[in-house]
Amino acid sequence: MGKTIAEKILSSKSGQDAKANDIVIADLDFIMGQDGTSPLAIKAFYEMRGLKVFDPLRIAMVIDHSAPSPLEGVSELHRQMREFAQKQGINFYDIGDGVCHQLLPEQGHVVPGDLVIGADSHTCTYGAINVFSTGVGSTDLAAGIISGKLWFKVPETFKFVLNGKLPPGVFSKDLILYLIGDVTADGATYMAAEYTGETIEELSVEARFTISNMAVEMGAKCGLMAADEKAINWVRKHSRRDFEPVKADPDAVYAKVKEYDVSNLEPQVAKPHTVDNVSPIGEVLGIPVQQGVIGTCTNGRLEDLRIAAQILKGRKIHKNCRLIVAPSSRQVMLEAIKEGVLEILVRAGAAVVTPGCGPCVGTHNGVPSDGENVISTANRNFKGRMGNNRAFIYLGSPATVAASMLTGKITDPREFFV
Amino acid sequence: MDLKGRVHKFGDDINTDYIISGRYKFKTLDMKELAKHVMEDLDPDFYSKVKEGDFIVGGKNFGCGSSREQAPLAIINAGISAVIAKSFARIFYRNCINTGLPLIECDTDRIDEGDELEIDLHKGVLHNSTKGLDIPITPLPGVMLKILSDGGLVEHFKKYGTFKFD
Ligand code: SF4
Repeated sequence: MGKTIAEKILSSKSGQDAKANDIVIADLDFIMGQDGTSPLAIKAFYEMRGLKVFDPLRIAMVIDHSAPSPLEGVSELHRQMREFAQKQGINFYDIGDGVCHQLLPEQGHVVPGDLVIGADSHTCTYGAINVFSTGVGSTDLAAGIISGKLWFKVPETFKFVLNGKLPPGVFSKDLILYLIGDVTADGATYMAAEYTGETIEELSVEARFTISNMAVEMGAKCGLMAADEKAINWVRKHSRRDFEPVKADPDAVYAKVKEYDVSNLEPQVAKPHTVDNVSPIGEVLGIPVQQGVIGTCTNGRLEDLRIAAQILKGRKIHKNCRLIVAPSSRQVMLEAIKEGVLEILVRAGAAVVTPGCGPCVGTHNGVPSDGENVISTANRNFKGRMGNNRAFIYLGSPATVAASMLTGKITDPREFFV
Repeated sequence: MDLKGRVHKFGDDINTDYIISGRYKFKTLDMKELAKHVMEDLDPDFYSKVKEGDFIVGGKNFGCGSSREQAPLAIINAGISAVIAKSFARIFYRNCINTGLPLIECDTDRIDEGDELEIDLHKGVLHNSTKGLDIPITPLPGVMLKILSDGGLVEHFKKYGTFKFD
């Protein structure tokens, strides 16, 4: 019987013939923690009587969630991370370097065929470059950095076959929102999602990251894609590590398979307060918005900023709106400066904040006030997510956010792409 | 492990932002302090209602959202002895096992606010004493029972220095 990508990677990393639902203990290729989860992991590391990490080069810690620190309590946690990183000699990214999920692939730490854990739920992002990567908590992170291993239940796989080309003005964000709306927030719980088909092949690697990033919003453990030539070239540009991509066998066994034709897909918006509460843009047109956010690990890449700039070039955002832009990394920010993309956004009225999570998780950088509507390129719109449980968060593509900022209402971006 | 307590009932898709809001999680590692804010956005009086040993009961997809381990730790520190739901989000599931908070998967439609429950984890029995009902529960895999019975993954590592399951 053939195997899925998930079964193959977990087999090779555990040295066992692993099938869905087996429990294996597997070797980890890379381990990541951010500033919301690392402090607890450091505490657990010492409680577990950890002395040295198993391999400093295979570990990174990133300060991105509350960066720069807005509070003295947070500053103390950041200090503990810096101290730990220095003492252990691990890879360390400080404020302004970027969002963890941008940095790991961009800095070449993760490559196709890897098994990776991160103490952050959107670690599934690297599935777009054929990495079995999944989010864990702080205690798993501590066990991982001590032993280089972790226990896994081998997931069953939910395969999404995506046919057709996305129409102009419709992006990978719209596609993944549509899929989440279709299968719901727990449609792939405990499972690996595998995305295949010509739609994926057509997309840039950057656009693919957006899809894998949101796999967890359908409950999935990881969001895997095969590594085609595009992906391999992308990884070679970013990493010097050797790698071997992993493909699913033609006779692999899937728990579920769903096929979609995306040729007529419209822009999609997730409405408050769940990510699977998705509508085509036509149903939400005209809802007033006071704050826009372009950034996060979902949509803060150069391509996303370019799309926003294409719409905002030579224009001004509506007087009732404020737009926050958080480039997903220092490198993205530098390239956006070089290309003039940031200048366009700033002239249009955007407030650019430190590369990192931006206002995504409500710790700093733009907490909305009571009753306000926010339209964001992030991946979550839970009540209270941005720091105020009386605000309302809509999720859309960078194009939808940019277009809505011009009118002060949720706006269809397709008119800018004819 | 025998557990006994009263039910605090919630619905489907209870996410980690409801369990402990991001407003608090970055502020402190003091779990007793965080525990005071458990479920606050859904029920501001929740913490003061809980008696040591009580249960949180949810519907499907309990614990979806972020990987914050503050969620199970705050639940434990609020005095809750187990979480019972139709299904759990997987990172939350792992985090509960790793921090030593028992999870029970079963049909929760016949469990209501205020019901008294008795649970035997090893035998896999849940008895609803208020309604006089036995509800079948899905037993936990061996690896998880082992980590739980060691008192969580920290204690497991203290004992063995690595993963040890046979
Ligand atoms: S950008 Fe948002 S979703 Fe992504 S890692 Fe940061 S807080 Fe999490």
